[in-house]
Amino acid sequence: MLHYIGRRFLQLIPVLLGMTFIVFLIIRAIPGDPAQMILGQQATKESVEALRENLGLNNPWYIQYFDYLKGLLTGDLGVSIRTNQPISTEIWPYLAATFELAFFAMFIAVVIGMNAGIISAWFQNTWFDYLAMVIALIGVSVPVFWLGLLEQWLFSINLGWFPTSGREEVRDPIMAITHFYLIDTLIQGRYDQFGTVVKHLILPGMALATIPMAIIARMTRSSMLEVMRSDYIRTARAKGQKMFIVVYKHALKNAIIPILTVIGLQTGLLLGGAILTETIFSWPGIGRYIYEAIGFRDYPVIQSGILVVAFLFVIINFIVDILYSFIDKRIKYN
Amino acid sequence: MLLEVKGLETTFFTNDGKIPAVDHIDFKVYEGEILGIVGESGCGKSVTSLSIMGLVPNPPGKITSGEILLEGKDLTKLSEKEMRKIRGKDIAMIFQEPMTSLNPLYTIGNQLIEAIRIHNKWDKKKAANHAIEMMKLVGLRRAEELMKEYPHQLSGGMRQRVMIAMALACNPKLVIADEPTTALDVTIQAQIMKLMQDLNKKFNSAVLLITHDLGVVAEICERVIVMYSGQIVEEAPVMEIFKNPSHPYTRGLIQSVPDMREKKETLYSIPGAVPKPGSIKVGCRFAPRCEFARERCFNENPPIYDVSANHKARCFLLEKGEGTVYDKRAVES
Ligand SMILES: Nc1ncnc2c1ncn2[C@@H]1O[C@H](COP(=O)(O)OP(=O)(O)OP(=O)(O)O)[C@@H](O)[C@H]1O
Ligand code: SF4
Ligand SMILES: [Mg+2]
Repeated sequence: MLHYIGRRFLQLIPVLLGMTFIVFLIIRAIPGDPAQMILGQQATKESVEALRENLGLNNPWYIQYFDYLKGLLTGDLGVSIRTNQPISTEIWPYLAATFELAFFAMFIAVVIGMNAGIISAWFQNTWFDYLAMVIALIGVSVPVFWLGLLEQWLFSINLGWFPTSGREEVRDPIMAITHFYLIDTLIQGRYDQFGTVVKHLILPGMALATIPMAIIARMTRSSMLEVMRSDYIRTARAKGQKMFIVVYKHALKNAIIPILTVIGLQTGLLLGGAILTETIFSWPGIGRYIYEAIGFRDYPVIQSGILVVAFLFVIINFIVDILYSFIDKRIKYN
Repeated sequence: MLLEVKGLETTFFTNDGKIPAVDHIDFKVYEGEILGIVGESGCGKSVTSLSIMGLVPNPPGKITSGEILLEGKDLTKLSEKEMRKIRGKDIAMIFQEPMTSLNPLYTIGNQLIEAIRIHNKWDKKKAANHAIEMMKLVGLRRAEELMKEYPHQLSGGMRQRVMIAMALACNPKLVIADEPTTALDVTIQAQIMKLMQDLNKKFNSAVLLITHDLGVVAEICERVIVMYSGQIVEEAPVMEIFKNPSHPYTRGLIQSVPDMREKKETLYSIPGAVPKPGSIKVGCRFAPRCEFARERCFNENPPIYDVSANHKARCFLLEKGEGTVYDKRAVES
C-alpha cells in the first residue's frame, strides 16, 4: 500500500512541475511590464529599470523560472504589490474561507446527491426516480450565477431567512483562530455565532452545491444500476439479506469508484466555481482574493492564487486515487 | 412432501410483448431427494428457480399465476419480509457463475459470516467458527486463512465450494443449484458434483439440480424433469427415463450425451434451437424440430399423459398409453 502511494506521489511531481511552468508562462504572456505596473505610469525610466533588475526580470526566462521554483519550494509565494505583504501569510484567511464554503457545499452535494442517486437506482422507474432525475437534469444545466442571484432574491431579500452576503455579522465579528469559522466558534463555545456562520453558509453553499449534487446523483444512479444487476447482488438477496443492506453495503461499495472520481473532479471544479459564487455573495475567499488582485493588476497574487487553486485540484485527485486502492484491494495488483 | 409447484407461470413483460418464460409447470420435491431439471439453454430453468426464491427480476418479470407450496405454505403470497426469512434459511441457492457470485470487495469470511448471522442471532466469533467448519466440510483447506482472503484470490472451483458452504450454512431444507458446474473445468465439475451428493446425504437437504448435462443427472439424481420452452415435457425416475424416454425431445437429449465407451465420430444433436417461450401459440412446441411430428402436433396442444405410475410425458404419441416413442415409430414405418 505504502509502495503504491509512493509511486503515485512520484507521478505527481511532473504534473505539479508542468503546472508551475504553465502558470509562469501565462503570467509572462500578459502584455505590459510588471515593473511599470508596480511603479505606475509616472515612474522614471531609470526607476523602472532598477526595479526590473531587482525583480530579476532582466534575467533569461529559465533563470527566472528557476528562481521562481526555488521560492515555491521554500514556501515563498512572493509579495503582494497592493499590500506589500508576503502572499504566503496573507492568503490563509482567504483560503480558509474558500475551504469552509467548498467543504460545506461538497458535504451537501455528496449527502443529498448520493442518496438521491442510490434511491433512484433502487426504485428505478418509479415517481421518485423520475422526479430526482428531472431535478438533476435541471441542476446540471443551471447557471450558478443566476441561481445565486435567485436564491438571494427569494430567500434573503423576500423571505429574509438568510443573510444576503458575507461570512459573519458585522455587529458581532468572529475572533479568528484557524479561520475556519465553524471550528473557531465551537472552540470558543460561541454556539450562537456558530448558528450565524451556518446561516451565512447556506445560500452560497447551495448555489455552489447544485451542479456537483446533480452530477453526483446521476453518476451514482447509473453506477448503482450497473452494479445492482450483478450476480453477487443476487447472491446477497438469496441469503435473505435486507434490501437496505444489499443496497448500502454490497452495491454501494462496488459502485463507489466512479462516484468518487466524480466527487474528486467536482471538488476541484468547485474551487473554480467558488470564485463566481464568492463574488455574488461577497464571500471573502480565494476567488475574491484573485478577483481583487486582477483589478489591481497585482501579478504576484494572481500568479500564486491560480497556482494554489491548481495545486489543490491536483492534490484532491491524488487523494481520490489513494482512496480507490483502500476500497478496492485489487487495484494495486493491476 | 417438501415443495410443490402448482401451475406456476412466470411472465416477462418486455418491449417485444409478454414472454411466458415458465408456462404453467407442476412438480414436487420430496424431503432429502435430488431432483434434476434438464433442458437446453433458454427453456426456463433459471426462471423456475428464481421464481421459487422470489427473486425474479421485477421489472420486467413477475409470477403471474400458480402456487409454490413449501411444506404447505404458499410462497407466492408471502410479503418480501416473510420471504427474506425463507431465503438462505429454508431454501438456499447456488448459482452458475462462481466467478461473479461473490462480492469482490468483501472477504470470504465477511460474506460467510453475513449469511450465517442473517438467520442466527450469534456473535461474530461463533459465526466465524461455524463458517470455518462449513468451509472444511466442503473440502476447502486453509479455511482459517481463506476467511481473510478476497474472491479474486480463489480459483473458480474454490469459489463454488465457498458458495456451497454458504448455501448449507443455515442447514436449508432445499438447495437449488442452478448449473453449479457449467463454468468449471471438467475435473473440478466431477469433484463438485460428488461433493453435492455427499452433502445431500450428510445434511439431508433436498437438492433441485438444474443442468443441461444428462450425464450428471444419471449419476446423482433420483428423479428428473425435462423442460422445453417453458413447459415440463417429461418427468420420471432417472432409471426409467434412460430406459424408456417417452418424449422425442428427451430421446434427442439422451442421444446427444457423449458416451465414453462408444467412439462415435459425430455426436447427435437435435436440429434447430429452442423457440422463444410464447412464440409458438398453438400446437406442440417441439413440433418444428420433431421427427415424429404430424399435422395434429401443429394444431393442438398435447396434454400430459401418464406413461406409468410416476412417469409422465407431453406427447400425442402416448395417447391411449400404448407403448413408447420407439414402438410408435416401429408401428408407423
Ligand atoms: N430478465 C429477463 N428479461 C426478459 N426475458 C427474460 C429475462 N430472463 C429470462 N427471460 C426469458 O426467459 C427465458 C428462459 O430463461 P432462463 O434463464 O430461465 O433459461 P435457462 O433454461 O436457465 O437457460 P440457461 O441454460 O442458458 O441458463 C429466456 O429465453 C428469456 O426469453
Ligand atoms: S406431440 Fe408431436 S411434435 Fe410434439 S413431441 Fe409428440 S410427436 Fe413430436
Ligand atoms: Mg439458467
